[in-house]
Amino acid sequence: MHLKPKVIWIDAIGCNGCSHSFFNLPYLSTLLEKLDILYHPLLESDEFKIQESDILVIEGALKDIKKFDSNLLTIIEKLFVNTKRVIALGSCASFGGMFGEGLIFNKEKLGKFYPCKNKVINLPGCPIHPEWLGYIFDMLIENKPILLDEENRPKEIYSFVSHSGCIRNEYFDWKVDSDDFGSKEGCLFYNQGCQGPFTHSSCNKILWNEVSSKPRAGTPCFGCTERNFPKENLFKTDTMMGIPSKIPLGVTKRAYLTLAGIAKSLKNERLEKRLFEYEKTNNKNRG
Amino acid sequence: MREEKKEVIMRTALSLFAKKGFYSTTIADIAKEMGMSVGNMYNYFASKEALAKELLLYTSKKFGSEIKKINEQNITSKEKIEKIIELYFNMAVNEPEVVDYFMRVYLSNKEIFNNGCEGMLCVSAFVTEIMIFFEEGVRKKELKNQDFFVAFGLFMGYIGGIVFLNNDGVLPKPLTEYTKDVSENIYNALKA
Repeated sequence: MHLKPKVIWIDAIGCNGCSHSFFNLPYLSTLLEKLDILYHPLLESDEFKIQESDILVIEGALKDIKKFDSNLLTIIEKLFVNTKRVIALGSCASFGGMFGEGLIFNKEKLGKFYPCKNKVINLPGCPIHPEWLGYIFDMLIENKPILLDEENRPKEIYSFVSHSGCIRNEYFDWKVDSDDFGSKEGCLFYNQGCQGPFTHSSCNKILWNEVSSKPRAGTPCFGCTERNFPKENLFKTDTMMGIPSKIPLGVTKRAYLTLAGIAKSLKNERLEKRLFEYEKTNNKNRG
Repeated sequence: MREEKKEVIMRTALSLFAKKGFYSTTIADIAKEMGMSVGNMYNYFASKEALAKELLLYTSKKFGSEIKKINEQNITSKEKIEKIIELYFNMAVNEPEVVDYFMRVYLSNKEIFNNGCEGMLCVSAFVTEIMIFFEEGVRKKELKNQDFFVAFGLFMGYIGGIVFLNNDGVLPKPLTEYTKDVSENIYNALKA
């Protein structure tokens, strides 16, 4: 029997949204039994102190501010050198996100901890999907290798785009756009700001709360797992002369525009109209 | 061989359409001009409508591939506008039957193209290049970000109109002498 990995979970500048998301992991209690949580800001644990750990989870962005009668950056530096692996949890810790700087990446620039990037696993997401962190903990507990992409994100999660598995893909294929916010029909890519075709995540593969995802429910993908998150106007597609300024990954603009023009010209009549209408009820006729 | 022969037939058809009009030209006329039997003509094109569609694809690809070359040059949007207009006007002068087909047959007789050439299906090679030209111009902050069709209509409508006036013999000067002024006006309307 091997010892439980010692975990320190420090909250930097953020909203604790990733913690709350993680608490919805269906097998949370089983997983927590396999970990020795030395400190967590929300779970029951001992008082915070600088000590050695096997896994350091940093939730939130870096900023030069006071923390525990010391300085946040100083504390993180000390914890960083005294741990084996670091999980940069959420978009804030990974890339800076909403509030500050990321550990090894700071939006398009490199972060303060870039020289130690081999220690870091980036788990961007606003918030992270509970299963993503569950998977990483399981791999670390079992001491199994985790393949990372060039932004230190686990390939098992971030090789996909959030577009993969979206139930609106039929509308995307035939270029039928959604005009109304929250409608069942239509693709959200052209008008509603959806960033699914170029955002790395498995949101439509491993559903949220095991039932849904943003685009399934009618909200565009906000691209929260990418370095430039958040962009302005999340509900509006950036266009240049009416053409989406960012196109799906892996194709040239010329190829994409050709295919899009042809699909739009051919028209899918089934998808051009609403799937079904509710009958309007007339209260006067009711008994 | 077969593709080359098809292309010769299409060029012949283009010049006959320009001379006699689309509806007055028969497959038999094209065969006669080619020195082919009518039966053999049908080995290449199943009907006049099929020929009409292939001609549209042919002219669109021809124009599109030339604009692509301009798009790939490292020059400003202003210079690209002038080059595209120069290309179009030169084509109108040197291969009038190509531009004539596009304007007088395709744009004026949509009923021929309703089955198989709807929307952008047969003209995408050309429209895609115009899209790329516009999009890159906006990306480089040289062109104003506006609705695609508003810009497309202004661009193509204007130069098509000038060529139309030229074909009707109304223009006092040779068509190519208008390149600079027309380019200037289009640039002023599209610039950021």
